Amino acid sequence: MTWIPATDAERGEMLAAIGVRSIDELFATIPEHLRLRKWQVPPGRSQMAVQRILAETAARNDTGTLSFVGGGYYDHHIPAAVDALASRSEFLTAYTPYQPECAQGTLQAVYEYQSAVCRLTDLECANASLYDGGTAVFEATTMAVRQTRRTRIVCHESLNPLYRRMLATHTANLELDIVDSEPASLDGAACVIVQNPSFLGTVRDFSDLAERCHAAGALLVVSFYPVSLGLLKTPGAMGADIAIAEGQSLGLPLSFGGPYLGIMAARQKLIRKMPGRIAAATQDAEGRRGFVLTLQAREQHIRREKATSNICSNEAHCALRALIHLCLLGREGLREVAVQCHAKAEYLKGRLIEGAAGIQLLNDGPTFNEFAVRLPADAESVVERLLDRGIHPGLPLAPLGAGERTDLLVAVTEKHTREDLDTLTEALEQALCN
Amino acid sequence: MQLIFETSRPGRRGVRLDPLDVPEATLPAEFCREDAPNLPEVGELDVVRHFTRLSARNFGVDSHFYPLGSCTMKYNPKLADAISALPGLAGLHPHLSSSPVYHGCIQGALEIVYETEHLLAEIAGMREVSLQPIAGAHGELTGALLIAAYHRAKGNKKDTIIIPDSAHGTNPASATIAGFKVVQAPSGADGTIRLDAFKNVMNDSVAGVMLTCPNTHGLFEPDVHKIADLAHEADALLYYDGANLNAIIGQSRPGDLGFDVMHFNLHKTFATPHGMGGPGSGPVGVGERLAPFLPGPRVTRTEVGFGLEMPPQSIGKIAAFFGNFLVAARAYAYLLCQGDEGLKNVARYAVLNANYILARLKDAYDPAYDTTCMHECVFTATRQAKAGVRAIDIAKALLDRGFHAPTIYFPLTVKESIMIEPTETESKQTLDAFCDAMRAIAQAAQDDPESLHAAPQTTPVGRLDEVRAARELDCGCL
Repeated sequence: MTWIPATDAERGEMLAAIGVRSIDELFATIPEHLRLRKWQVPPGRSQMAVQRILAETAARNDTGTLSFVGGGYYDHHIPAAVDALASRSEFLTAYTPYQPECAQGTLQAVYEYQSAVCRLTDLECANASLYDGGTAVFEATTMAVRQTRRTRIVCHESLNPLYRRMLATHTANLELDIVDSEPASLDGAACVIVQNPSFLGTVRDFSDLAERCHAAGALLVVSFYPVSLGLLKTPGAMGADIAIAEGQSLGLPLSFGGPYLGIMAARQKLIRKMPGRIAAATQDAEGRRGFVLTLQAREQHIRREKATSNICSNEAHCALRALIHLCLLGREGLREVAVQCHAKAEYLKGRLIEGAAGIQLLNDGPTFNEFAVRLPADAESVVERLLDRGIHPGLPLAPLGAGERTDLLVAVTEKHTREDLDTLTEALEQALCN
Repeated sequence: MQLIFETSRPGRRGVRLDPLDVPEATLPAEFCREDAPNLPEVGELDVVRHFTRLSARNFGVDSHFYPLGSCTMKYNPKLADAISALPGLAGLHPHLSSSPVYHGCIQGALEIVYETEHLLAEIAGMREVSLQPIAGAHGELTGALLIAAYHRAKGNKKDTIIIPDSAHGTNPASATIAGFKVVQAPSGADGTIRLDAFKNVMNDSVAGVMLTCPNTHGLFEPDVHKIADLAHEADALLYYDGANLNAIIGQSRPGDLGFDVMHFNLHKTFATPHGMGGPGSGPVGVGERLAPFLPGPRVTRTEVGFGLEMPPQSIGKIAAFFGNFLVAARAYAYLLCQGDEGLKNVARYAVLNANYILARLKDAYDPAYDTTCMHECVFTATRQAKAGVRAIDIAKALLDRGFHAPTIYFPLTVKESIMIEPTETESKQTLDAFCDAMRAIAQAAQDDPESLHAAPQTTPVGRLDEVRAARELDCGCL
C-alpha cells in the first residue's frame, strides 16, 4: 500500500488491542446509507508513471525563451542557496509553531523576516505573512475599518486591477462604501489604498497624500513592490500607516500564481489590529533568548468570531524563502538588483519609444522596471506574431480592463541582458513595420 | 543563537550580479530612498550555516512523530517535491492566463487545474470545485461568500450562520468576516450535536450551517443527514469543514451526506507539506445550488483544448489566478499515485491508528468520550491536573522524549484536552513508542509531578516567558 506501513500481521494485532475484528467495524458510526457506494476515481499509478505523466503535462506549458510579462509578478534571479536551504525538510514538514521549544528554527526565522520587512519598508512592525498581495489589500482594508470605525474605502487608480476585483469579491457581503477615484475630500474615509509603482509602472511619491489622509483621520495603505525598495522611497518615509506587498519577487518562482507571499507592515500603534501571526523575542527561565508567537488573543483560535482576521495557515515557508533571498542579496545586493532593473528598463523604453515603429509611452511620470506602451496595432495580434519566435513581449492591457486594445505592459528584470532588450526591440519593430 | 543581523559585517556580500551592460540611469531623488535598506551584509556561507542551524532547531514530520490533532501531519511524499520543481510548472507566469493570445502557452497548467478540480469533486461527491482559495480558512470565507451570493440571488433575507461549539476557530471567524452573525449550537454530553438544541437555534434567518464531520471530538455526527434536511427545509445551506476529511475519505462523501459547500485542506488530506504554517491550499467544492456562483474564471475543456470562462453569476475573484497552483500540482500527483484503492485505505488506516492509540492509553488518561473514535482521539488530563500536571506539562514532557506534542487545549469543549491524530502513514512501532512515552509520563505525573514542570530540558530553550513577550513586544530588530 502506498505510504501506509502497516503489515497484515500488525493490523491484526492492532485490531485485537482495540477489541474489534475488522477495520470496517470502526466505521459503524457512519449510517450504512451514508457510506460510499461507488466513485469514479482511477486506479493508482506508480511514482515512476506519475512522474512521467506530469513531466509531459508540464512540458505542454511554454514558459518562453524570452519573456517581458510582469504585471505584479516578476521573473527575478533566485540564488541556488534559496532552494537548497528552504527545501530542508525540518522547515518544510513542520507546522505552525504551537510548541515554541521545538520550533525555534521557525520562530527565529519569522522574527528575522519581520525585522527584514520593517527595515525594507521603514515601518515598525510586521506580521509573519498573509496569503498574497491581493488578499493583503483586503486584510489592510478591514484593519483600517477596525481602526477608524469608518466604512469608506478609497481605491487609487494605481492599484492592480486584480487586487481591486479581489477586494470587491471579499467585501461583497460587508457594508463598505468603496470608491474608485480620489474624492475631493477624504472626510469619513477609513483609508486610501495606493500602489507604488502603479500597475502601469509609474513611480510616485505619496507623501502629500499621507498628510491629507492623516488630516482627515484616514489611514494611508501603500501596496509596494519589494524589489523596488532597493531604490525607491519607502512607504514609511512617505508616511504610510500600513504597507502591503506581493512578496513573489523575493525568491519565489512564478508558479502560475502561487504559492506567493502577502507581506504586511504597519505603524507600531496598529500592531493589535494586525491580522495573522506575530513572533516576538523573549527568554526562558535560564535567560536564554527564544521566540514565541505573541498577541494571540487577536487570532481566530482564541477570539473566534471576534478575531481580527480568519487567517490560520499562512505562507510561512514563502516568508522563509523571502528572508533567505534578502539575506543572500543583502544591503548592497538588493540595491544593485533595483538599480539594474531600472537601468535596463530605461534602456528598453528609450529604444522602443525612439524607434521608427511609432510606439508611444503611456506613463505620465518616471517608471521603475515596467512601463506601458501604446502600439500602432492591436497588442494581442502583435504578441501572436512574436510568440512564433519564443518571445512573450508583455501583457496586453485590454483583457484586464487596464487599457486599450493597442496597449501593452512591458516588464524588465536584472535577468535580461542588453542583447535580450535589443532582440525585443527588433522583433517588435519588425512585427509593426511589416 | 545569533540573529542573522548580528553576524552582519559592513562590506560583506553574498550573491553578485553581472556588471550592468546598459547605460546607467537616474531617478529623481524625490522618488528614491535615502539609504540602501539595512539588510544584513553576509556571505553565502554565513547564510547557509545560519539557516542550516536554524533548521536543526525544529521538529518536522520527517524527523519526529507529529500527532497534532486536527492538523493531519502525515508524511509528505518526496515525489510531490519533484513535481512542484518542474520548470514547466514553477517557471510559468500566471498572467499568461490573462490574455487569450497566451492560452496556447498554458495548456498543461490548465489541464492540471481542470483534472485536480474534477478529481476532488468526485472524491467529495460535489458538483464542481474551484482551486482558488489559498488556505482552509480562505476556503471557509469563500464558502460563506457563496452562501451569501445564493441568498442574495434568491432575495432571501438571511444573516446568520450556525456553528457548533466544538468547531475550529476559523469557522466563526470566517463567517463573521464574510458579514454574517454567528449563533453557536451546543454539543451534547456524548460529544455530538444535540438535534433538539440545533432545532432551537434553527430559524428563517439562518443562511447556513457550518459543520465539521467527524467533529473535533473525533466523532462522526450521527444526525448529520437530519441536520441537512432541517437546514434545507428552511433554505439554509450546509457547509462542510474539510479539516477532518482524512477520517472519511473513500468511506463517505460530504456531498452524499447532504452538504452543499465545503473546503478541502490539500495540506492535510492530500499530503502537501505544512511548511511551518503554510502555504496550504483550500479548494472549495459546491453542489448544484452553488455551482453558478463559483469564483472565476473557470477552466473549460473544448475540442481545441483548455480555455477560461467567467460564469455570469460568479462571486468574482477570490485569488488573482488559480490559488496555490504548485500546492495543487503536488496534491494531483498524490491523487494519481493513490488512486481508488489507495485513497480508500487512507481513512481506514488513519482510523485504525487513532483507535489503537485510544485503546493503549485509555486506562492511563481519561478519554473525553468513551466510544470508538475516528481519525483522532481526544483525552482530558483532568485526572493528572489534580496532581498538578496539566496538559501543557504532558506536551512539554513529550518533547523531551522525542515526540512532537498533540494539540492541547483544543477543542475548547473539553477541559485540559489532549487531541491526538496519528494519521495513516505512521507505523505500529512509532505508535507503540509514543504510547509508551505517554504512559511513562502518566506514571511520572503520579510519582514525581514536579519533574514534569521542568520539561522540556532537551530542546534548544526551555519554556519561554510568553507574558514578557507580550509586554515587551520585541517583534523585530529594527
